[in-house]
Amino acid sequence: MEKIEAKDVNFYYGDFHALKGITMEIPEHKVVAFIGPSGCGKSTFLRLFNRMNDLIPGARLEGSILIDGQDIYGSGVQVDELRKNVGMVFQRPNPFPKSIFDNVAYGLRVNGIKDKEFISHRVEESLKGAALWNEVKDKLNASAYALSGGQQQRLCIARAMAVSPSVLLMDEPASALDPISTAKVEELICELRNEVTIVIVTHNMQQASRVSDKTAFFYMGEMVEYDDTKVIFTNPHKEATQNYITGRFG
Amino acid sequence: MKRFLEKAVKWLLTASGFVTSAVILLIIGFLFTEGAGLFREKVIEEGYVLALNRENPVRKMDAAQIKAVFDEDITNWSELGGPDLPIETFRLEDADDYFSEEELGSQYENAGSLIASLVASRPGMVAFVPETLIPEGADLNFIEDSSISPAEVFAGSEWYPTATPAPLFGMWPLLAGTLWVSFFAILFALPFGISIAVYMAEVASERVRNFLKPVIELLNGIPSVVYGFFGLIVIVPLLQQVFGLPVGESGLAGSLVLAIMALPTIVTVAEDAMRNCPRSLREASLALGATKWQTISRVVIPSSMSGIASGVVLGIGRAVGETMAVLMVTGNAAVVPTSILEPLRTIPATIAAELGEAPAGGAHYQSLFLLGVILFFITFFINLCVEFISSRNRAKNS
Repeated sequence: MEKIEAKDVNFYYGDFHALKGITMEIPEHKVVAFIGPSGCGKSTFLRLFNRMNDLIPGARLEGSILIDGQDIYGSGVQVDELRKNVGMVFQRPNPFPKSIFDNVAYGLRVNGIKDKEFISHRVEESLKGAALWNEVKDKLNASAYALSGGQQQRLCIARAMAVSPSVLLMDEPASALDPISTAKVEELICELRNEVTIVIVTHNMQQASRVSDKTAFFYMGEMVEYDDTKVIFTNPHKEATQNYITGRFG
Repeated sequence: MKRFLEKAVKWLLTASGFVTSAVILLIIGFLFTEGAGLFREKVIEEGYVLALNRENPVRKMDAAQIKAVFDEDITNWSELGGPDLPIETFRLEDADDYFSEEELGSQYENAGSLIASLVASRPGMVAFVPETLIPEGADLNFIEDSSISPAEVFAGSEWYPTATPAPLFGMWPLLAGTLWVSFFAILFALPFGISIAVYMAEVASERVRNFLKPVIELLNGIPSVVYGFFGLIVIVPLLQQVFGLPVGESGLAGSLVLAIMALPTIVTVAEDAMRNCPRSLREASLALGATKWQTISRVVIPSSMSGIASGVVLGIGRAVGETMAVLMVTGNAAVVPTSILEPLRTIPATIAAELGEAPAGGAHYQSLFLLGVILFFITFFINLCVEFISSRNRAKNS
């Protein structure tokens, strides 16, 4: 079953044509990686799925994006409801200047949940899900800034997962981390695929090949090729893809 | 040649740094020595004595009692620990009531001995006369003079710096007036300042902000006397009508004027702090399904709290030190304020109003410097607060 469908998506920053006629389908409970050189539009495309680009003045979208068959840019769509369903993890760990507990509970609280027991239960579950529980269970009231960068990023994943989204968008989630933290985050991605559909943007091609089921290669605002990860990395159909994954450019 | 120039520049910079620091320290030192001089002054006006009848056992009176005696608030010696005897006060200008011009002589050459014998003949009399006038060996008692005590100055609630024979330097009404006016000014300025800052940082479009921000910063450049004038012409009559006051000049008028003056500082600093809230934090909040207002109230404002707090404290600093506008609209009554609708008087306004008429080097003059010292400590404390808040902020962000 298709979780996300993009139909002939064109996107403009003012006059700049950032995405050119992209059509793709993302199946449920799969990990899909977007690869490509800087400025190819992969992050822009990712941010369309939770309407993060709405914040940019002068941006314009043509075409449609459907999640669970519903046009997320249609009239009557509540953006905050959409974002509750489509979580996001950013390039740099960005915990709030609050306690570890409050960071994870934040999403629940802003969505109107007041039941303290449920919140603390959900916080524990999310931290366990992000493989962080054992490291922080004794200092839930400590500032999130006291954690290491890798821990912070896993905290951000726990924070995103706490509101039980069905899609998780990850924008280069490991690019600011050291190799050990990166390995932990990748491990986490493999476990989370049972719960959510994951779309991950990455600069690291080994990472894409390790964690993803399908891979899309973007270049100059176009989606050049989209196929099973195995095919992309072993037997790509397009020459540009071949050149990119073998490191001839990018 | 080049090396010599560099050396010269270096020495020039060092010298100017040291000279500036030295000048500042000199000013502070001057302030402190002049202020501390007040406590070396005597209670009774310099060169004068309070003469009593031989039979009167009272030897000590503090400044407040002396003033009460000469204001005829205390009329019997028994209230001062003496015998049950009505008090008669005598000042030099009363001499004409007791003696004729011929008796005093054309140059008042007989005044001293006449007054001495007058006091000697009346057991209840206290005479405030120049020391030099009293003939040597006169059969009189004198009130023992003491130095002005810090307790009287800091806790005293009466400010009569020009009263004779003993001026009163109770600074509490002035300090209370300053704090009172500043407190209410901040109370008014805070909600408005924060809302304007939130509006400019989060709601207003780029074009509105580009218009609004310079306008608000322009408020900083208006001379304070203009604010005072505005307050006097607009706010004072308005308050008089609205609250049905006998006079519109009141603490409230001062607070309102100060609130308007403190606004730009609060708005500018708080707005900068909110604009500096990292974009990544906003995005994190929005991506979790928070609405714009939830993001502002739960993430942007808490994370820029220290910036907002510095803005507020700077605003307080401005309010505490403001002179001219407050002088013009608060009515300047040196009483401990009980209501914000009463006239009151602040420290800076007192200094500005009275320094011109205080004889240099006198107790009054030194008391004004002491007020300056108090003001210095208040603003110094406020600056310390700002420093503390912003250093904590730096520590948090690193």
